[in-house]
Parts: sequence; C-alpha cells; structure tokens
Amino acid sequence: MVRAMRFELTEEQTLVQEMARTFAEREVAPRARALDKEGSWPSDLVAKMGELGLLGVAVPSELGGAGADNVSYALAMEEIARACASTSVIMSVNNSLVCDPLLKYGNDDQKARFLAPLAAGEKLGCFGLTEPASGSDASSMDTVAEEDGDHWVINGSKNWITNGPHADVMIVFAAHDRGAGSKGTTAFLVEKGTPGFNPQPRDHKLGIHAAHSCTVFFEGCRVPKANQLGDKGMGFKIAMSTLDGGRVGIAAQALGIARAALEEAVAYAKERKAFGEPIANKQAIQFMLADMAMELDAARLLTLRAATLKDKGVRHSKESAMAKLMASEVATKVAHKNIQIHGGYGYSTEYDAERHYRDARITEIYEGTSEIQRIVIAANVLKG
Amino acid sequence: MNLDLTEEQALIQASARAYAQERIAPRAAQIDADGVIPDEVLSGLAELGLFGVNLPEELGGAEAGVVAYSLAMEEVAKACASTAVTMAVTSMVGEVIAAFARPEVARVYCPKLCSGALRAGSFALSEPEAGSDPGAMRTTAREVDGGWVLDGSKQWITSGDFAGVFVVWARTGGPGTRGISAFLVDADNPGLKVGRHEEKMGLRGSSTTALHLEECRVEADALLGELHGGFKIAMMALDGGRIGIASQALGIGEAALAEAVAYAKERETFGTPIANHQAIQWMIADSRTELDAAALLTRRAATLKQAGGRFSSQAAMAKAYASEAACRVCDRALQIHGGYGYTKEYAVERHYRDVRVTRIYEGTSEIQRIVISRELLR
Repeated sequence: MVRAMRFELTEEQTLVQEMARTFAEREVAPRARALDKEGSWPSDLVAKMGELGLLGVAVPSELGGAGADNVSYALAMEEIARACASTSVIMSVNNSLVCDPLLKYGNDDQKARFLAPLAAGEKLGCFGLTEPASGSDASSMDTVAEEDGDHWVINGSKNWITNGPHADVMIVFAAHDRGAGSKGTTAFLVEKGTPGFNPQPRDHKLGIHAAHSCTVFFEGCRVPKANQLGDKGMGFKIAMSTLDGGRVGIAAQALGIARAALEEAVAYAKERKAFGEPIANKQAIQFMLADMAMELDAARLLTLRAATLKDKGVRHSKESAMAKLMASEVATKVAHKNIQIHGGYGYSTEYDAERHYRDARITEIYEGTSEIQRIVIAANVLKG
Repeated sequence: MNLDLTEEQALIQASARAYAQERIAPRAAQIDADGVIPDEVLSGLAELGLFGVNLPEELGGAEAGVVAYSLAMEEVAKACASTAVTMAVTSMVGEVIAAFARPEVARVYCPKLCSGALRAGSFALSEPEAGSDPGAMRTTAREVDGGWVLDGSKQWITSGDFAGVFVVWARTGGPGTRGISAFLVDADNPGLKVGRHEEKMGLRGSSTTALHLEECRVEADALLGELHGGFKIAMMALDGGRIGIASQALGIGEAALAEAVAYAKERETFGTPIANHQAIQWMIADSRTELDAAALLTRRAATLKQAGGRFSSQAAMAKAYASEAACRVCDRALQIHGGYGYTKEYAVERHYRDVRVTRIYEGTSEIQRIVISRELLR
C-alpha cells in the first residue's frame, strides 16, 4: 500500500480542537446571544481563554503559549467562532496579529516583556495598522513617528482597532519617513497608559457586537526605542507577513460562523414542516444544504492547507488569501441560506440565524477585503 | 494534514504530464476535429500503466493508489479531455472487474485492460429512459442453462464502438434497484450491437454510442458479484468514478486557466497588457482559488477511497464542486480571450465544450447534491 496523502488531524490537533469545542459549547455558546444583544465585552471569557492557552495557541510553551501548531490554532478558532464570532475575533487578534509578529520579529527582551504575558492571557493585545483614510492601501499612512533621543514620538490616529478599548498593548505602525512609502514604516509596541495613547469610545457595528473596536488617537505619544519592533523601515513587511497569518485566523472564524449556520439549518429543516412534511424532504432545501456543506468543506480544506504551510515555514501569502477569500464569502452565503431556510424566523432575533448573518459579513472586510485577497492571488499567479 | 506527494505519486504525475504534453496535447485539436483518438495514443497510455493505476500488480496494474490515479487523470485531461474520459472509464471498468468478477475471470480481463490489448473498457448502465434513476432500467437478463441472455438497449456508452469489454447492467429480478445485476460482455459477442453514434457538443474524440443487446448470451461466470447485487456495484463504481471525473474537470480547468493567464499577459488593451486590469485579475484569482479548492476536495476523496473508508459524500462534493468550478473557469478563460476564444484557433473553445459534460455524466450535479444532503440529513 502506498503512503497516502493525509487529511486526518494529528492526535495533538484533535485534542486542541476538542478542548476548544468543549469550552465553546459549555461556556461561550450559552452567552453568545446576550453578548450580541448587549454589546458587552466578555472579560471573563477572555480570561478563561487565556487560562486554556487559547490566546497564544501557536506560541511555544517556554514563551507562555500553548505550544501547539497553526493547524490547531485554526481548528480552535473555528470552534470558538461557531459559538460566538465576537469572542473568536478577540482571540484571533491576540494570536495572529500580536503574538505572531512578536514571536517572529520581537527581540528577547520584547518576548519576555510582551509576548509571554500576551500568550498566557495576562495581557491583551491589539493591532494598529488601519487609519481613517487608509485601509487596504496600508502604505499610505498619516500616522508619523519622529525620533527624539532614545524615544519615538508618535502622532496620528488608527481606527477599527479590535480589542482597542481593552488592550494592554498595541502594535502600531507609523511612518518615520513619509516620502519612502512602504519602506518608510516602522512598527512599535505601545502600552496602555502611555501618555498620548488615547483610545476613543467603541465603534457601533452591524455585527460582532461584543468584540469592541475603537479609534485610537496618538498625541505626542512617547515610546521608548526598546519598544521598536523589528528594524526601522521594516513595518510594512511586518504588517504584510502578519496579515498572511491573520487571514488563516479569519478564514477559520468564517468557517466557524458558517458551520454554526449550517448546523442550525439542518436541524431546522428536519423539524419544520410545510405541505405536510419536513422541509428537509424538499429538494429546494436539500440543494441549499448540499451547497452549504460542500462549500464549507472546500473553504476548510483551503484554510487548513494555508495553516499547514505556515507550520512548515513556507511562504503562504497566496494560500492564505485564497482561504480567507473563499471562507469569508462562503460564510456570508451559508449564513444567507440559513436565514432563507428559517424563513421569517430567520429574520427574528429569536433564532441565531440573523446574528450569524451580521457577524459573517465582517469576514469579507477585515484583515484584507475580498478585493485585496484577489489582488494578492492574481499577483502571485501572474508572476508565476 | 499532509499534502505532499509520495515519490511514487510524483513520478506517476510527472510521467503522465510528460506523455500528455508531448504526445497528446499537440494532437488534441485534431482528435476533437476527427472524432477519433489514434490507437497509438491509447496504447501509449497503456504502456505507461495509466489504464490500471489503482489495480493490483498481480492483475497487471501499477498498484499506485487512488491519489496517483487522480493526479494522472488530471494530467491527461489537461492535454485532451476525450482521451482522459477513455482512461477514466477503462480504469473504472478494471476496478469493477477486479472487485466483483470471479478471480479467474479478473485474471483474464484486468491484465488485458491494463496492457491495452482490449483497447478500452466500457460501462453500460444508462438507458434511453434511465439515467440518474437506474432503478428504472428495462434491459433484462434471463437465466438459461449455463448462463444468461441479455436483451435491451443502453445509452451514452463511452467507447461503445471500440471497447474490448463491457460491464452491462440488466434486470434479473423485480422492479427497482434491488432487481438489477451486472454482467461482463465481450465486444465480439454476436448479441451485442453498436447503435447510433451520438453527435456531441464536446468530448468529440471520445465515441459515445447506443448499445443493443439482442439475445446476447453470456456464460454463468460473467455475472459480477451477487445476483441482484448490481445496483450496489454501480453505486460503488460511480463513487470511485466521480473522483476520476472530478480529476478530469480539474485538468480541463487547469488547461483553460493556464491559457487565460498566458493570453492575459500578452494581449494589450488601452496601452497595457489586459493582465494589468483588475477585471481580468479578478477572474484569474477566482479561477485559481476555485481550482485549488476543487483539487483539495478531490484529493481528500481519493485518500478516503484509498484508505478503504466510506467516501460517497466526499466524492460527490469533489465531483460537483470540481465540475462546476471547471465550467466557470473555462467560461472566464473564454471571456478573457474575447473573440479569439470563440474561434477554433484557441484551445479554450474546445475546453469550454469539453468541460460541460463533467456536470452531467457519472451522476449529474443534481444527483451529487442528493448524495451530499442525504448524508447531511441522516
């Protein structure tokens, strides 16, 4: 018998998945509807995720993390997102956008001061790249950093900062040389409480209500040079490579939302009757369910492939972009069909279908819109 | 998860690619125009072991597994979809014989299928009025002294006019799917007559005929598997066959995308290669993403089949997704080519016609969705 390609999970991956599922089903899912309705920040769930290692899944255990791989991270993300998309994005930002670049670009001092407590859940991180006037076009930022002795002084603003109102640490990108475009950007670690670091009231959004985001103003914010992440001018590269990993996290989040929607659709279709029989007996419904399951599997395989490449240390920009693109668009479609299968009930807040529909929509926008993913994919294909 | 190929899989992929690109691709337009696959193309495939990639060595096969088969199928389909479907059906027939014929019968037929001595195998399930619903078949087999006599008609029979051996399904019992059995019929059986040749939109190199069984007598050992067990054999064969067709669709899609990318880099509008326009980049990005997803679904189904587990739903997903994605990819590739894509000067016109059938044969997309939803609602 030939040695086969393998799609099965390893024992460790299965364990992480099961741990995350148990936690998500017992402690997160029962809260999801209220968190959404109230828009309240789930501080106790964030603390528990920290205790379980879910805030630093792929960070080595000697650095405070769970010491698992990126496939495990994606699987855990899917489980948490299946229960509550808001809680999952809090997790994904800390893992992908904060711990990951610290692990890759941080020096030993920064790993000790920042990564270890972030990965262990003692601190929470956020990521400041986007600005009011620059989202997809990240290299054209207005936030600036000027050197002043052994400090950097940052001025400007960042917005849509998930975890922003609650984070202890922010990785912020600022232009030290505005004329140099993407090569003129540097990354910094800024701690909450630093004078001039001013998070604003939280944003009000269509979905992921419990994942608070805000604008952060930097007003003469002095950051010690010891908090510069990576080399001067490396900021754009750090941002892009971080987003390659982050896209795996968001893809996994989209999978989780979609899986929740599919499972609810299947259950509802078996129970709801029309014309004298369960609607699950109608081909119109069966075909929607088949498409949902098929596309969800396709998206999951793309996502796990990207995570596998990240674990191997291979470049995965294109594969992450594909995973993020397909998973997010599939999540929106699946959430849409779930509402359709639920009929009027799907439009009411009595069921979770409408929450999934609202929550899914953001996955096509953040960490690179679908349009940016297509640019990344096309550029890679056309270069080949 | 490990997506790396084994050395053997990579070797089979490379040899299939080399043969397909060097020996088949340059003739694909001619094969399409003439409606015939040259004998040497088929014998070349047989020599490379591509008619029995997943058959045991003792039956003349390469025993390289289902993933290797899928990879080889994709490579052949990139060059010529007509040749690929001939290989797919022959492989499927070989597997049915290996799994269900009496061992002494399998030892006769399988090596000849693998070596090309039988030219091709043919799979005769569909009838004029029984396609997706084989339980409606009307062909009968009545038991006679020492054998069976088959009567009826079959439709859409790939390689019907040149295959050396046929697996033919016929009703041996009551109505529905539980009264059907499968039989081996030699091409030279005097009761087997090749009917009308279908004129098709695509896959024109692959012949498709009707078959007429008139007092077609076969020996007792021609019965495959158990009496009245034919429906199960057909469904098992089609589960595997769907991996083959998914792979074929992937190959056609890959060929079309590669041509679209090359054309987009070369063709200029408004002073710049059209590859620089986002409208074109989008089509390329979507095509690449969907083909990658289709490949992963297909390889997953292949690994499950190889491991001996249940894979009906996964094969159905692979087949439905790959065939539909490949149709979209070919459509976009034609669009990128503009007017040239509509002419026979470019291969994309052929791909567009060839790919369409992948959503129909070996179970329509609708049947795949029934399979998937049944599993989901179980």
